[in-house]
Amino acid sequence: MTVGLFIPCYVDQFYPNAAIATLELLEKLGVEVVYPSRQTCCGQPMANSGFEHLTKKSNNLFIENFRGFDYIVAPSGSCVLHMKDHLHSGKYPNETEAMRGKVYELTEFLTDVLKVDKLKARFPHKVGLHQSCHGQRGLKLAQMSELVAPAFSKPEQLLSMVDGLELIELTRKDECCGFGGTFCVAEEAVSVKMGKDRVMDHLQHEAAYITGADMSCLMHMEGILRRQKSNVKVVHIAEILNAQEI
Amino acid sequence: MKETKDHAALAEAFNADEPRVNWHDETLWFIRQKRDKAAHTVADWELLRETASQIKHNVLSNLHDYLLQFEANAKANGIIVHWAADAAEHNRIVHEILQKHGVKQMVKSKSMLTEECHLNDYLSEHGVEVIDSDLGERIVQLAKEPPSHIVLPCIHKKKEEIGDLFHEHLGTPAGMADPQVLTEAARQHLRETFLTRRAALTGVNFAIAETGEFVICTNEGNADMGAHLADVHIACMGIEKIIPERKHLGVFLRLLARSATGQPITTYSSHFKKPREGHELHLVLVDNGRSIQLGREDFRNSLKCIRCGACMNTCPVYRRSGGHSYHAAISGPIGAILAPNLDMKKNADLPFASTLCGSCSNVCPVKIDIHDQLYKWRQVIVKEGYADTKKTLGMKAMTQAFASPTTFQLAGKAGRWFMRHVPFAVSNKMNPWYKQREMPAPPKESFGEWYLKNRKKKNE
Ligand code: SF4
Repeated sequence: MTVGLFIPCYVDQFYPNAAIATLELLEKLGVEVVYPSRQTCCGQPMANSGFEHLTKKSNNLFIENFRGFDYIVAPSGSCVLHMKDHLHSGKYPNETEAMRGKVYELTEFLTDVLKVDKLKARFPHKVGLHQSCHGQRGLKLAQMSELVAPAFSKPEQLLSMVDGLELIELTRKDECCGFGGTFCVAEEAVSVKMGKDRVMDHLQHEAAYITGADMSCLMHMEGILRRQKSNVKVVHIAEILNAQEI
Repeated sequence: MKETKDHAALAEAFNADEPRVNWHDETLWFIRQKRDKAAHTVADWELLRETASQIKHNVLSNLHDYLLQFEANAKANGIIVHWAADAAEHNRIVHEILQKHGVKQMVKSKSMLTEECHLNDYLSEHGVEVIDSDLGERIVQLAKEPPSHIVLPCIHKKKEEIGDLFHEHLGTPAGMADPQVLTEAARQHLRETFLTRRAALTGVNFAIAETGEFVICTNEGNADMGAHLADVHIACMGIEKIIPERKHLGVFLRLLARSATGQPITTYSSHFKKPREGHELHLVLVDNGRSIQLGREDFRNSLKCIRCGACMNTCPVYRRSGGHSYHAAISGPIGAILAPNLDMKKNADLPFASTLCGSCSNVCPVKIDIHDQLYKWRQVIVKEGYADTKKTLGMKAMTQAFASPTTFQLAGKAGRWFMRHVPFAVSNKMNPWYKQREMPAPPKESFGEWYLKNRKKKNE
């Protein structure tokens, strides 16, 4: 099995550790991973701003980069959801369907494809899990509080395999953090207020780390934490699942 | 409308008072939690939602036939039926009925349709005084404000502010903010209104094609008080309010109040079928853009809405920006997908007032794909040329930059390329990101660089 590693542009540029952890984790689990170096952006920021019609080139580029792989895995629920929902190509009309079915967010790839039931990881800290909306409601990585339906959570399932980790409870377990792509600047006031409220929930429950499957939400919350001069850190879930802290 | 500010600007103003935002958010979140509890008491909740959605699907697919069936049955019952193509015609029809009866004062129970048509303004320009009899509506009417929420019109007002309004208009003691005292004052004031008004206007929650009757759901019984005491009852409804048969009502009544406030059912679910002896019962069926929306395949489902307000209570943006920030009669997520249909230019900002978190679509009792429609409206609005030029240029530049893998990789130090090309990451103190957030700190190297050093070489 060969996996194409799809690293969102901002993770490549600002959070290489999340990408490295994803790569190492998959390798540890015996998967052959290749990072196609010509990748840039999935086109989501444009599409969510109403400019989906401008994403033709990035869609074609995505297909050219990833068509040879059995699976495409990314440490980002949001970018994966975008590809699953909106990957189109006039140039490669016959390939989009299959490609959409092969794209996986990291945690669902671990639980559903690799069927991971134990991990050699240790992270002895109090951790708050931020359920990103695109991962949770979009990709169904976890049950949402709106529905009257049985509970499950793929990220929690994985975190429970990590030695020493203490998962905190939140008052609002699946409220949006307010990042929202260009929303974060176009609607600055509400975006920040939503982020502050999310962060506060984690702080009130004494999280030392906030984690999640979407680095973009974490980047937004990190910006707020750092402005507040808080010691609480954000860390991508891949980094925890790959952690060997003593 | 004199208001020209967009959602972001109005939301920013709302956020100037953070404790108030917290209060607004908590109040509405409390209602969302009540809704959750109520929904969990119904084992087949999701099946019920699906059933309601399918019934409405059938209605929208056969709307023409159901409307004619409803009209025929309503007429046979003795209801006088009117058709209004738009808001102006609706207002004219109502005014003509009032003129015919020489009525200068009218009592009105809650009707979002008349808000949409700006009926109160129209009637007051024509010398008719309207008193809203729903407590929340009456409060915003006294404050000369539009409702901020479709179910809880004055949810943005604190009880102290209501006390001040009542002191000014209804003569309650200054500083009195006890809800019980205030409600009693309103009750006395409205009782006198009910007893003296000869015409009453109400909304409609459900119109049953099979029987030609309509149903109004209230908690205060004010629709009944108005309609039963007046000589003339005028009911106004959007054409999408039809349900095929009486038996379908059970599905919707079980969903409506649970979704709206967490109650098992509204206190009053009143059926109106025919006028009493010597009285008149009018029904105005209003299109006002609905058939255009019906023709928009991507947005058709928005007409399934039963106006429960659950999408507002759950919306993390609505809770922190307030209903008035949507500058439309219907606010919140549902307002944001309805309003562009009526005026795309004026409401071009609304579909962007969302993070697309998807909570709305999943609380909605009739399963409207609200957040997907928000996404689709964005595409339409940009294509129709209603996006601002700065944004369009920024997006084009970003797209160009992303289309070239070589410049992306050769940009040198990690973060630098990004900060130069991605609008929200621009390293500049003018950037709205930076106002209340730190920028991510650029690392030593990008993942691409790390990979080249640590894996690519090894693989070769
Ligand atoms: S869109 Fe759905 S949730 Fe929102 S008011 Fe209408 S029925 Fe209720």
